[in-house]
Parts: sequence; structure tokens; C-alpha cells
Amino acid sequence: MSGGHTSRGHAVEVAALRARYPDAFRIAWPARLATVGVLLGLAGLTAFALWRLDVSAARILNGLGRLGAFAVLMLPPSAGGRFPDFLHALAETLGIAFLGTLTAALLAFPVAFLAARNVVPNPFVHFAVRRGLDVLRSVDVLIWALIWINVVGLGPFAGALAIACSDIGALGKLFSEAVETADRKAVEGVTAAGGGGLHRVRFGLVPAVLPVLGSQVLYFFESNTRSATIIGIVGAGGIGQYLTELIRVLELQQVSCLVLMILVTVAVIDAVSGRLRRALIGGEAR
Amino acid sequence: MDTRIVPLAPGRAAALESAYARAVAATRRRTILTLAAIAVLAVAAGFAAEVRPLVLAENIGNFTAYLGRILPHLTLGNLRGDLAEWYWGLPKWAALLGETLLMAYLGTLLGGLAAFLLCFGAAENLARTRAGRFLTRRALEFARTVPEIVFALLFVIAFGLGPMVGVMALAIHTAGALGKLFSEVVENIDMKPVEGLVASGATRVAAIRFAVLPQVASNFASYGLLRFEINVRGAGVMGFVGAGGIGQELLVAIRNFYYTDVSAILLMIVATVMLIDLGTERLRHHLIGLEHGR
Repeated sequence: MSGGHTSRGHAVEVAALRARYPDAFRIAWPARLATVGVLLGLAGLTAFALWRLDVSAARILNGLGRLGAFAVLMLPPSAGGRFPDFLHALAETLGIAFLGTLTAALLAFPVAFLAARNVVPNPFVHFAVRRGLDVLRSVDVLIWALIWINVVGLGPFAGALAIACSDIGALGKLFSEAVETADRKAVEGVTAAGGGGLHRVRFGLVPAVLPVLGSQVLYFFESNTRSATIIGIVGAGGIGQYLTELIRVLELQQVSCLVLMILVTVAVIDAVSGRLRRALIGGEAR
Repeated sequence: MDTRIVPLAPGRAAALESAYARAVAATRRRTILTLAAIAVLAVAAGFAAEVRPLVLAENIGNFTAYLGRILPHLTLGNLRGDLAEWYWGLPKWAALLGETLLMAYLGTLLGGLAAFLLCFGAAENLARTRAGRFLTRRALEFARTVPEIVFALLFVIAFGLGPMVGVMALAIHTAGALGKLFSEVVENIDMKPVEGLVASGATRVAAIRFAVLPQVASNFASYGLLRFEINVRGAGVMGFVGAGGIGQELLVAIRNFYYTDVSAILLMIVATVMLIDLGTERLRHHLIGLEHGR
């Protein structure tokens, strides 16, 4: 197309193509109108939201100035002599995440089989179990923490229970999906060899789904490490307690130290559990 | 048909059996070691998290009593009146819930736009410079590792109380989370259309518009919807730190022991989250269907 053609010749060529392949040049009006309609709807909703939530450029600009000042005050990060306290809080955070995930996994494991269509054929049972799991899942960890604080008092124990509660819902759902997509052949083999219902689950399903489940649990442990860092905001233990306190009194150097500690911990946990997950899934493939 | 089973030579059978026993023992040993490691970690975690099973056992009655107390007192004879009493704050709560949904929407949209602008620079196949890619990736990582509520805590001090802060916190976290997912989608595209366009002299923007976007649009939208679902939950608790939405009202109800208010608000949140889940699931299946139909 380069060089030889003048722009006039180009136009003629396009016209010829248009005459020869009218379908390729036809504009699909219904599809285009639908796209424009959806975009207009989204834009309208955005405008309404901006107005309703009083987002204003002036406030943002003012705030950004203050945020910039904060950023300067955050440097350099310093623990202000409280590093041992912070380390203790970090250990607490990891403890909350680990125990919460473990408890949730142990409780979700049997429930998942009840929620799986191929184990419990009764539709009412697995419908009820699934909706129950949905309810557990749709209440946020922080809300669970507030509720458990009423029961066991302030402190990390409430945090661990909160993480366990909201994760039973999420893990139960994922586990039951893993059980449902498991290969049926092993189960049929156990049945053919005269195995009963429990045998089918123990020897036909569990070995097939265990690596998948293990890797999901590790994944949740990673994400729970993040959740456990904030659960202290409502008083349920961990590093979040210090974080809230220090942000409120604007000890920003210590805040940046805490954030740095969280980032490093999360990165380390991610790396370790990523390794373990690959080992689990790789062991499965072999 | 002759189905006589020929027994193995005694030496061979013994060798096979001992090999089998060894294999089983090795697996068993590994299982026991793993379980022991988990148990040790659990005990250590229990110490760190100050687990007090006795307190739990003593106070588990409180939990059921609490559940009993937050349930409303409904009688069949005066159902309308009881419901009205239970949901006495309905107009206020509904408005706050609407605000929560708008926060989640705006946070997802703004974060999604930022993620969209950044994801091409973070993808291995489309990034222009290694340094740019490295920086973009680290920035996205930072944005998604710091929990949104921590951003909200900081922003509340810088920008003042209100839902705008919640939107900004959600948007930053969303940009980090979606930016990573988007760039992974972009890394998995078929590069031939891109090469074709670049060979015919297209600019970078044109190549992205006509060669990349058609391949990734439905996936992006699907991830965006998934994130919206997550952000609805997140927006629900933004009020705990004064960043708008229904969280503030819930916090006040729980802290001040307005028992029936707790169940009323929780029920509204749970119902909304479930409806949103169902709705976005429908939409996502529709989107994925569109892609396969093409």
C-alpha cells in the first residue's frame, strides 16, 4: 500500500472493495446502539454517584496536599523503639491467620461433601447447605470480629474465630465445587468393587480432591494474612491495633514502618505458600 | 477359557510385597510428618493468638444468647406492627445501603479504569521498557497488598470523613488487584493480530484498540464484575473507620447493643450481597457465552 497509490487511487480502491464486499463494511447498528446505550447508562450512573457521594475536586486537591505532607512525614520509617511490640503483634497476626484458616478448612471439609451434588443427591440438602454457606460468606470478616468480641472479649482469639467463620463459607463453596468436578471413574471403580457410600468418599473422592483442596487452603492462608492485619481495627488483635492507633495520633514514621513490615510479611508468606502450592499440584500431576 | 492364576515364584512375591510395604510406609511417614508440622504450627499459633478454649466453652452460651437477642420479636397476630418496629429505620438504612452500592460501583469503575490504563505497561508482551514494566508491577503490588481499609484510615485524616474517602480507598485497592489480573489476561492473548497491525503501520494505541481489546474485553468485564461483588462487601465495612456507607450504622448498633437493629441491618447487607452475587454471576455467564459464541 505504500508508495504507488495516490490518495485518490486509494479512495477508488476502497470504493471498489465496498462494492464487492458490502457485508464487511456494513455497520451493525443494533450492536452499536446497545454498546452506546450501556456506556451512556454507566456514565449516567457515574455522574449520579459522583454527585450523591459529594466527590469534589476542591476537596481532593486539598486532601492531596495534606497527603503529600503525610508522605514526607512518613520518611524514614522508624519503629520508635517499639520494634519488639510490633514483632509480637505481627506474630499474633500470623497466628490469627493460621488458626482461622485451619479451623475453617477442618470444618468446611465435611460440609463440602454435603453441599456436593454427586455425594448427596437430595437437592434440598445441598441447596440448604449452600445457602447456609452463602450467608456465612456474605458477612464481612470485620463484622464477624465485632460479633465474636461480644462473646470472647477483645483480643486475637475473636479475630481467629471471625476469620474461621467467614472462611467456612468461602472454602465450603470452593471445596464442594472441587468435589463436584472430580473424576467419576474412581468412584465407579470403588462401587464396582463393592464399596459403600463412605468408601466411595474416602477412596474415590478424597484422594482426588485433596491436593486441590490443600492448594486452596494455602491460597486462603495468604489472603487471610492480609485480613488479619486489619482485624485489629475493631479490636480483634494483631498488628491492625497498632496501625489504627498510630494513624489516629499521626505517628507516621511508625505507621510506615508497620506498613513495610506487613508488605514484607505478606511477600514472604506468598512466596512460601506459592512454593508449597506448586509442590502440591505438581505432586498431583505426577 | 482357562482362568487359572499362576502364582508368582516365592522370592518374587516377597520382593514385590516388601516394595509395596516400603512405598506405603514412605507415604504414611510423609503424611504423619505433615500432620505433625501442622499440629506444631497450630499450637504455636494458638499461643500467639491467645486462644482460650475454656473462655470459648464458657461463653459459647453468650453466642447463642446473642443470636437469640438480636432476633426480632415477631408475632403472627401483629406481624405488620412488629415488622415496622423491627425495621423502624428502613428509609435511613436503605439510603445508606444505596450509598454503599454507589461507593462500590464508583470504586470499581475508577479502579478498573486505572487498571486498564496500567495493565498494558505491566504485561510482558506489550510493555515498552523493562524498567517501566517493573515499576508498574511494583506499584500495582503495593496498591493491592495494603488493605483498602488502611488506605481509608489514612485518607479519612487527609480528606475528611465521608463516602468520597471510601471510594478512593476502594479504587486504589481495585486498581492493584484488577491491574494484575488484566495484565495476565493481556499476556495470554494471541499476538498475531497485533503483529499484523504493527506491520501495516498502526500506532501502539491503534494496535491495542483493534488487536488486543477485542480479545480481552469480555474477560476484563467479567473480572470487573467479580471485583464489584468483592467491593460491595468492602464498602459495607468502610463506615467502621468513618469512610461512608452503612458500616457506621452497623458499628453503632453492635457497640451500643441495639440488638434488633443489628439483625435488621445484617439481614439487609446479606440479602444485598447475595442478590449482587446472583446478578453478577448471570452477567458473567452471559459475557463468557458471548465470547464463546464469537
